[in-house]
Amino acid sequence: MNTELLGIIATYAITLLIAIPLGRYIAKVFGGQRTLLDFMAPLERWIFRFCGIDPKEEMNWKQHLKALLTINMLWFVYAFFLLIFQDKLPLNPDLNAGQTPDLAFNTAISFLVNCNLQHYSGESGLTYFTQLFVITFLQFVSAATGIAALIALFKALRQKTTTQLGNFWEHLLKTTTRLLLPICLVIAGILAFRGTPASYAGKDTIVTVQGDTVQVSRGPAAGMIAIKHLGTNGGGYFGANSIHPLENPDYLTNMTEAISQVIIPIALVFALGFFIQRKKFAYVIFGVMTAGMLALMIPSIISEAGGNPAIAKMGIAQATGAMEGKEVRIGPTATAYWSTVTTIISTGSVNGFHDSTMPTTGMMELIAMMTNCFYGGCGVGILNYFIFIIIAVFISGLMVGRTPEFMGHKVEAREVKIAALVALLHPFLILAGTALSSYAIAHGWGAGWATQPGAWLNNPGHHGFSEMLYEYTSAAANNGSGFEGLTDNNMFWNVSTGFVLVLSRFLPIIGPVAIAGLLASKKHVPESAGTLRTDTTTFGIMTFAVIVIIAALAFFPALALGPIAEYFSLY
Amino acid sequence: MKRYFFPALKLTIVLVLLTAGIYPLFVAGIAKLAPGKGDGVKVERNGVVVGYANVGQQFTGDNYFQTRPSAVGYNAAGSGGSNKGPSNPDYLKIVEERIDTFLAHNPGVKRSEIPAELVTASGSGLDPHLSPEGALVQVPRIAKVRNIPEQKLRDLVKANTKGPLAGMFGPATVNVLQLNLALDEIH
Repeated sequence: MNTELLGIIATYAITLLIAIPLGRYIAKVFGGQRTLLDFMAPLERWIFRFCGIDPKEEMNWKQHLKALLTINMLWFVYAFFLLIFQDKLPLNPDLNAGQTPDLAFNTAISFLVNCNLQHYSGESGLTYFTQLFVITFLQFVSAATGIAALIALFKALRQKTTTQLGNFWEHLLKTTTRLLLPICLVIAGILAFRGTPASYAGKDTIVTVQGDTVQVSRGPAAGMIAIKHLGTNGGGYFGANSIHPLENPDYLTNMTEAISQVIIPIALVFALGFFIQRKKFAYVIFGVMTAGMLALMIPSIISEAGGNPAIAKMGIAQATGAMEGKEVRIGPTATAYWSTVTTIISTGSVNGFHDSTMPTTGMMELIAMMTNCFYGGCGVGILNYFIFIIIAVFISGLMVGRTPEFMGHKVEAREVKIAALVALLHPFLILAGTALSSYAIAHGWGAGWATQPGAWLNNPGHHGFSEMLYEYTSAAANNGSGFEGLTDNNMFWNVSTGFVLVLSRFLPIIGPVAIAGLLASKKHVPESAGTLRTDTTTFGIMTFAVIVIIAALAFFPALALGPIAEYFSLY
Repeated sequence: MKRYFFPALKLTIVLVLLTAGIYPLFVAGIAKLAPGKGDGVKVERNGVVVGYANVGQQFTGDNYFQTRPSAVGYNAAGSGGSNKGPSNPDYLKIVEERIDTFLAHNPGVKRSEIPAELVTASGSGLDPHLSPEGALVQVPRIAKVRNIPEQKLRDLVKANTKGPLAGMFGPATVNVLQLNLALDEIH
């Protein structure tokens, strides 16, 4: 069998082998059971005492959200100012400049919301100080924020009737100390031993064999790359992200990074089953999510391994598949695998440029972010999926003529309204944004702008339209990957995607936590023969159908103008 | 909000120290034990640094194995790909030109024998590798320029080919810098 195919099968198999026990471990950590890392407890106690936090103080869903929003607001202000004044701060051996206010606005928000859309290149747009104290820091805490919110939802689902959903600060800190930091050390160690830089040494200048004088950017990359994947963040240390041979030096690091970005999203699904003691419910969710992933991944692999038909017409055999924007050591199959994984789980790191992928793959990447719940980002993936469960419960309830119930609680108008709003917000932000930017180009806006809309696109025609659609989809999915040909470091894109990012991060956290909190506070109705069971394959298929129908109805017209039209122009 | 502000502020300070201060220092400490000591793995010839093992460099002469087209000219001060879409007519023209150039420098090679990576730009612009086929197709040209038997060069490529990971996973690769340094050793 082809070694590239074997490589990705092994990658997924190892992912599952790690994710299942990790899920059990997460359930134990937040269930207060004993674990291997209990030696961290004294440190955590000291931190809580220093911060004046009583970790045993239970919060209701509103208190959770208030704590979450307060600390996130603080992080935004902190990050914004450090980015603007980074040139005046230490650890800047390459003498890079400060970010402009609109770029700093975009960057601070982007990393705050676990998106990592980057309108700069790491080599020149940041200093070592901001790579660590803004980027690495936010990559840890934004992942921890998503997981902390999800744990509140877990606690709401576990109890029959409760308003006490644990302590947000405790969830946040323990996610960092018990989950993210220890695993990151292992990943960073592997990367460092395979050649990824991890020191504070600045750019090096060398003369190559044929006599060219070139520079090599370096810095504390390994630790940042570890959390960028484990936390489903995705922002690259270098401009070329995990395509860069120092960021992803060989096939082993490629497997390591591909595995580490998806273990927590999958582990959290299993953790849900262990935590609320409904394993079957978790298995059904896992099944639906995996089916979704495969439906996107298989066409991507086939089209990338098949090569570019326009280049085939020139008489080039392309035995190794489509190679534009890809690296030899990784190969098109592993790049296609990664392109699906990184878009379903909102990582957004890339090991081959998406702008140069085939139209079919490009469409799969877009659909992955448009659905945004097959595994999904750290914590938020299940929160997004939960919204679709509520809608599926509601529709199924209508179909069989019963009051919809979920986990023994009546799902009523208020919950369904919140779910519907969150589900519709996503297509609204994407389509409105794309419409706005298309209008700007078509009607010649911005005569006085520094970058005129006419100069935004790197490719003509349908593919150019896809570049804009991709940018807003990536922002709304908090993904961060891009059709990077788009000229995005300017006022229009920095500001408009900045707003899309904020709205599409916090509303989809607030919505599900609110629904879970509201449901948990209701009277518990014991299950009876008339209860619609949510842990069956039938219900799984129902949820899948809801996801597909919402995505298909909302996005088909836009996809038809972009990747579908490009497909028919090429094949 | 006051109830949450001060715990949030203090927790932020602790988390910054932990994740941006201590953690990267710890990783840098681990990396001190690794090849290159965390500064990147350098390649030397006669005591002079001629490159980084993992970072590709440009070889344009007919007397060397040439590396892939690059959107950043192999200057690792930056990195990046062309970001050209597969149907972009300007891009396809560039590919056509690369094919013509390659054929002109490698007479006798058929179009269908040119591996795709030699006429397409890499993602990083710093791709240090070629597939074994990408190196082998250049052997007749180099053999002629350097006056070395083709078989000797084919053996050299073979000796510098790294198989799939554990013999099973991923593509086989040839590090072009390593290969060219070995090439210069042949007299």
